[in-house]
Amino acid sequence: MRTLFYTIKQSFIQFGRNFNMSIISIFAITCMMMILSLFFILAINVNAAAETVKGEYDSIELFLLDETSEEDAQVMIDDMKKQEGVADAYYKTKDEAMAEFKERWGENGYLLDSLEDNPLPNSVVIQIADLEKADALAERASSYEGVEDVKYYKGTVDKLLRATRFIQISAVIIMIFLIIVSIIIVSNTIKLTVFNRSDEISIMKYVGATNWFIRGPFLVEGIIIGVISAAIAVGVTAFAYDKLVDAVGDQVYSMLSMPMVPGDFLIYNFAWIFVALGVAVGSCGSIISMRRFLNA
Amino acid sequence: MIVFENVTKRYKSNVALDNVSVKINKGDFVFLVGPSGAGKSTFIKLILKEIKADKGTVKVKDIDVTKLSARGVPKLRRNIGIVFQDFRLLPKKTVYENVAFAMEIIHKPRKLIKKDVPQVLTMMGILDKANKYPDELSAGEQQRVAIARAIVNKPRILIADEPTGNLDPNTAWEIMQLLNDLNQHGITILMVTHAKDIVDKMGKRVIAIEDGKIVRDEFGMYGYQEALAAGNESAFDTISVNRRRTIKRRFRRGGGR
Ligand SMILES: Nc1ncnc2c1ncn2[C@@H]1O[C@H](COP(=O)(O)OP(=O)(O)O)[C@@H](O)[C@H]1O
Ligand SMILES: [Mg+2]
Repeated sequence: MRTLFYTIKQSFIQFGRNFNMSIISIFAITCMMMILSLFFILAINVNAAAETVKGEYDSIELFLLDETSEEDAQVMIDDMKKQEGVADAYYKTKDEAMAEFKERWGENGYLLDSLEDNPLPNSVVIQIADLEKADALAERASSYEGVEDVKYYKGTVDKLLRATRFIQISAVIIMIFLIIVSIIIVSNTIKLTVFNRSDEISIMKYVGATNWFIRGPFLVEGIIIGVISAAIAVGVTAFAYDKLVDAVGDQVYSMLSMPMVPGDFLIYNFAWIFVALGVAVGSCGSIISMRRFLNA
Repeated sequence: MIVFENVTKRYKSNVALDNVSVKINKGDFVFLVGPSGAGKSTFIKLILKEIKADKGTVKVKDIDVTKLSARGVPKLRRNIGIVFQDFRLLPKKTVYENVAFAMEIIHKPRKLIKKDVPQVLTMMGILDKANKYPDELSAGEQQRVAIARAIVNKPRILIADEPTGNLDPNTAWEIMQLLNDLNQHGITILMVTHAKDIVDKMGKRVIAIEDGKIVRDEFGMYGYQEALAAGNESAFDTISVNRRRTIKRRFRRGGGR
């Protein structure tokens, strides 16, 4: 208990003695973390977008000729359900299709009322469980008697998923790079404090203080730097992102028909990730800086 | 108390200690003498496990130092007090705080600290200096503080690496009296020194090392021309440039007053 108190007190004293350097490194790490959080937010939004895309395009729709009966369709459904990679298959009447259409058009749905005949075909919808199998399934479906057209977006989905994966991987690489840079900054700052206290440390070692007792204050000092930086970065980014969603969220939605991940959701769920990251960066940084000094 | 059995220590190809066996008993007062570069500091560092022996065993009390894990090192060092030529006090702490520090960092209860620190300062005759800072003290007083710090945790062994090297003869002699008192109280003392006068006058056990080997172990005399090992310029010719720098630095640092 007293040790803990000593450790925390000592770490603040060190932080104070090394104030300018501490502030500079907090500033630098805050910048790193802000850039990092941008990539983080980007990755999350892209991820959410990818999920939306997958959800929307994971089906094959077989448009049927008018003369194809529901019994014929049922044969197709039974056949499809036997195939691997099919989650579900069902019959969709032209009326159901029209109802969906109207719903999607929303306020403008009344325009469709002016149509005398329903121009939409009956169809069979196949939900795909495994996108890898989609090609083969589409091929098989188009060979059925009574199918006019097969609507299927695998190409688009693939391209989108590839793009999102690329963005995510790049984001992760950049984030790792930024984390490493932050760790180096912390370790250099702590190294300076270790240097300033090297006399004290050598005496502590001669008297028989345990290594962890000696390391404690440096560890906490690093953690303080990491956490303060993370907190500032999260605060600033969250505020900015919230404003951004307010400003352009609707446009993004109408342009890409994908919602941005809402700001408060992001803050509540990811503030702690960043604080944990701050702790990790701070402790790694100080452990690295102390390694050479404190062994033996 | 301290036992070396066939201990060898090399720095790369340079043999610092060569198959050394020696036994220092409980309650002994031992001078460790020899020219610069003989291996005296290496001897001490092995006891403290600052460095590892390449061969042989070092035992301190019932602890096998050579087999000790990194975790065990603090426990070993709590049995040993150490005093250096350059005092190594913390300049921003008062005398009292410097001594209390040694207790605080091994988690001694506050009550005990309040009781023991004044006691040991009294023993060293510097209680009236408790609230002064090291740079307000004479060299002799600083060394007393360093000794107070070394013994405040009641170690059974005190190692002193040239403790009188920065002191004038009278002050040096006072410090020797203090060490002798501590020895009378049962503390085993191992002192590295180049001070011929002191060794000769004290008439204690003298272990002489040369080129990493123990060449003499007997009661009595220093056995060297003082100039050969001490810090005066004429002796520098016989010792390494490195060592010269160290001595000069030490003189500048500690010997200014
Ligand atoms: N860290 C080191 N690296 C390489 N050689 C060393 C090191 N420390 C000591 N030595 C060498 O080991 C020998 C013994 O040194 P040391 O024990 O310091 O002697 P002393 O304390 O008697 O002057 C010397 O030749 C010295 O140059
Ligand atoms: Mg030496």
